[in-house]
Amino acid sequence: MAAVEIDVKYVAHLARLGLTPAEEQKLGAQLGQILGYIEKLNELDVSKVEPTAHAVPLVNVTRPDVARPSLSNEDALRNAPSKANGLFLVPKIVE
Amino acid sequence: MLNELTIAEAARRVRAGETSATDVLRACIDHVKKVDPQVKAFLSYDEADALVQANAIDHQVAARENLERPLLGVPIGIKDVLSVKGHHLNCASKILGNYVAPFDATVIQKLRDAGAIVFGRLNMDEFAMGSSTENSAFFTTRNPWDLERIPGGSSGGSAAAVAADECIATLGSDTGGSIRQPAALCGCVGLKPTYGRVSRYGLVAFASSLDQIGPFTKDIRDAAILLGVISGHDALDSTSIPQVAPDYTKALDGNIKGLKIGLPREYMVGGLDPEVKAAVSAAVENLQKQGAEVVEISLPHTDYAVAVYYIIATAEASANLARFDGIRYGLREDGADPIELYSKTRGAGFGAEVKRRIILGTYVLSSGYYDAFYLRAQKVRTLIRQDFLKAFEQVDAIVTPTTPTAAFKAGEKSDDPLQMYLSDIFTISCNLAGICGLSLPCGFTKAPKLPIGLQLLGKPFGEETILKIAHAYEQATGWHKEKPPIGRI
Repeated sequence: MAAVEIDVKYVAHLARLGLTPAEEQKLGAQLGQILGYIEKLNELDVSKVEPTAHAVPLVNVTRPDVARPSLSNEDALRNAPSKANGLFLVPKIVE
Repeated sequence: MLNELTIAEAARRVRAGETSATDVLRACIDHVKKVDPQVKAFLSYDEADALVQANAIDHQVAARENLERPLLGVPIGIKDVLSVKGHHLNCASKILGNYVAPFDATVIQKLRDAGAIVFGRLNMDEFAMGSSTENSAFFTTRNPWDLERIPGGSSGGSAAAVAADECIATLGSDTGGSIRQPAALCGCVGLKPTYGRVSRYGLVAFASSLDQIGPFTKDIRDAAILLGVISGHDALDSTSIPQVAPDYTKALDGNIKGLKIGLPREYMVGGLDPEVKAAVSAAVENLQKQGAEVVEISLPHTDYAVAVYYIIATAEASANLARFDGIRYGLREDGADPIELYSKTRGAGFGAEVKRRIILGTYVLSSGYYDAFYLRAQKVRTLIRQDFLKAFEQVDAIVTPTTPTAAFKAGEKSDDPLQMYLSDIFTISCNLAGICGLSLPCGFTKAPKLPIGLQLLGKPFGEETILKIAHAYEQATGWHKEKPPIGRI
């Protein structure tokens, strides 16, 4: 199976995943090997096959549009790494 | 020793007043204190909280209230991927920091309603990604049969805790074999229900089209009891099937005469350890002797399952794990802007295997690659599912080895992700097809003595049939009564 080149730095940016240069190099080699293995799927003719997203498909699952109990503001914020005035604190987004 | 009891026997004794829920729990806690420094199945446990639950059950028993509850006074260990209100939830990852779950998962509520004591946080591979618990950010759990070996994964803590009698039963989750594989390697019973059978509300999502919660138990009757408790429709999980769960214990009548069981020829080849092969062949003979008809079948797309799985599972994981961003909970590494904060937090919080899968999943979904990888994998998934549905027109259940080999040594495969992935070859198709499956002990390797697992795969919602067959086999052979050396220290 052929190894496949993969631009780890670009994909890591898409995934918002900080990697060290050493991690990038190691992941590149490992993922190339895994993608090489995955290429075996090209052996199959799937032109007339429908994709399966869920094995047991259920559609239009709805519930009555009525208010239900939910977490209190205090409970929702309990695990927040940073909070103030009943809100999550985040770095500045708009200049 | 009360910690060695089954669910059926522990609940019976508590119900009859022969023992108290507190005594059963104390026996488990004492045993955890004795053996868990070596087995390392538990990440943590809250002794005081468990004793309060047991005390409440004892008061109810004294007042003769709700005595028929199936898990009356039975301590059940919980994989660290399920929300238990007020308890830590880490998914064996650093990224959740000091997260405390604000609500109970539906299965936890169902355990409480059934009279169980919800006990402890069990180790696992980080975010359920792995086959050995070596990907836990905290430590590796050990196999109670040989402490140099891994217990399997990802639910390795759940399997080891049951095998070492640290708990009466446990819950785990199975995305590609994470219940059945560790059950096989530790020598206990593990069952992955049909997709949609058990609510996932409160289960931290890994791959949403594959994940199911299921029981680890000491015998098949207990699996039937615990599955019955956790099954059923839940409005809080839109993938949960609106279908009433049967009483699975009613299927355990020992009569498998005339049942047709398929033996897929693709599962008895290359890489299969000769001792595993011999044990499975002997099990098949036993089933025939009991009157089942065994026929050879073909699942022609078996060889593509691992490749399909590592596209679909990683793609779904890359989306599901986007929520761990350092904003609302868990670890936060500050950055000059939100993007830098996300990258630094996720870079510091996730371990190597999780990073590997996020990158792979992001790559296969990225612009220009979607059709070549993700869409193609979904189409091959259809072929795999059709293989099974076609086979089930011919047979009532399918029998295979659960794993190609018995438990491997810690460190043996941890540097080679592809080899680790290939060790899941017999369990992965079941999740892709959305059917049910279980593993139960079917013998041991000679030296060292390690458990071997037999896998039974059933039709969608065919849990009763595989439990019936497994029960007949178990009662005829008694492998489940063998205990690992760790319990006798």
